[in-house]
Amino acid sequence: MASLRAEFTKGLWTVLPPFRLVLGLCPTLAVTTTGINGMGMGLATTFVLIFSNLFVSLLRRFIPTQVRIASFIVIIASFVVIVELVMQAYFYQLFKVLGIFIPLIVVNCIILGRAEAFASKNNPVMSLADGLGIGLGFTISLFVLGSIRELLGAGSLLYYDAAHPGFHVMWASFEPFAFMLKPPGAFIALGILLAFMNLISQIQAQKGGGR
Amino acid sequence: MGEFLLLMISAILVNNILLIRFLGNCPFLGVSKSMDTATGMGMAVIFVLTLAGMITWLVHHYILVPLDLTYLRTIAFILVIATLVQFVEMVIQKTAPPLYEALGIYLPLITTNCAVLGVAIINIDEGYDLITAIFFSFASACGFALALVLMAGMRERFALVEIPKAFEGTAIGLITAGLIALAFSGFIGLV
Repeated sequence: MASLRAEFTKGLWTVLPPFRLVLGLCPTLAVTTTGINGMGMGLATTFVLIFSNLFVSLLRRFIPTQVRIASFIVIIASFVVIVELVMQAYFYQLFKVLGIFIPLIVVNCIILGRAEAFASKNNPVMSLADGLGIGLGFTISLFVLGSIRELLGAGSLLYYDAAHPGFHVMWASFEPFAFMLKPPGAFIALGILLAFMNLISQIQAQKGGGR
Repeated sequence: MGEFLLLMISAILVNNILLIRFLGNCPFLGVSKSMDTATGMGMAVIFVLTLAGMITWLVHHYILVPLDLTYLRTIAFILVIATLVQFVEMVIQKTAPPLYEALGIYLPLITTNCAVLGVAIINIDEGYDLITAIFFSFASACGFALALVLMAGMRERFALVEIPKAFEGTAIGLITAGLIALAFSGFIGLV
């Protein structure tokens, strides 16, 4: 039971994607113009990750090693098609915003990475916990990055569409940095967040060393 | 011809696939630490992406559309790309060993390079015809190689300077990429 919890929680800090595992950067950079977009992308990825982990783990004894990567990709792609169709039917606004990055979940290295590194070697329950943890970590990261960019770039939080504009949190005379919503802003915001996380880890390590 | 030139400039400079469209960022940060690996990866991507752009276009228009299976596009394309990469690897290994020496280790990585699948999907979504699709794939790949080589040139300089500890590695890489992207956004008015 303890190790099950460990598999779940490691995704939230020690191997938190996309910061610790520098994988899955394309969606991270491209869709985090608002917090909600980031979260939508994160949840779609989590869904695929959980099911691909589960099925890779269930089939791990039947898949020959030589063709395992191709088999994993087919499993992942099947769930991506499901997500694509469901989002098109029920979350059309989000589907339009995320656009090409929904089919591109197939080549998100986090998912293939977990299938190869974890699910193909562990039992289904462990793999589910791993997928859920990593997926939630990814979702939270994207939501935080998206919210920071949205706050600085537009002065609002939780914007979804014109009918659900979220909250305007900045003071009235606040001039938004339009830069943060543009592509260069994405790189720089992620870089600074990553540096900040490194700083926290360093301070933790120093404390640990002093004890 | 003027139309193709415009498409070329647009794909390489204005809508650079790495810096503006955000496709293929994992290898961008992973292999941009030295000039040699960056040029190797750039060449491999130009080669595979142009081929993949052409073949996925053919698969879409001559297999998926007639059979009314376009909703399977994602699965079909990724399988085509994975097979193609494997095939290209074998062909190069047999016919051009020096080229294989240079590109070999980068080829398997290309399967999970989202630039390849991304460009294949853009080709279909934008409704390009075959010639335009091939041109666009080639130009996008050139844009990828250009950004990768520029980035490697800058990161090689970092090896010599002292940067704050928290920014070491990927963090400073991302910020550099941001600055290059900023420079590229100067091209926006061009097309």
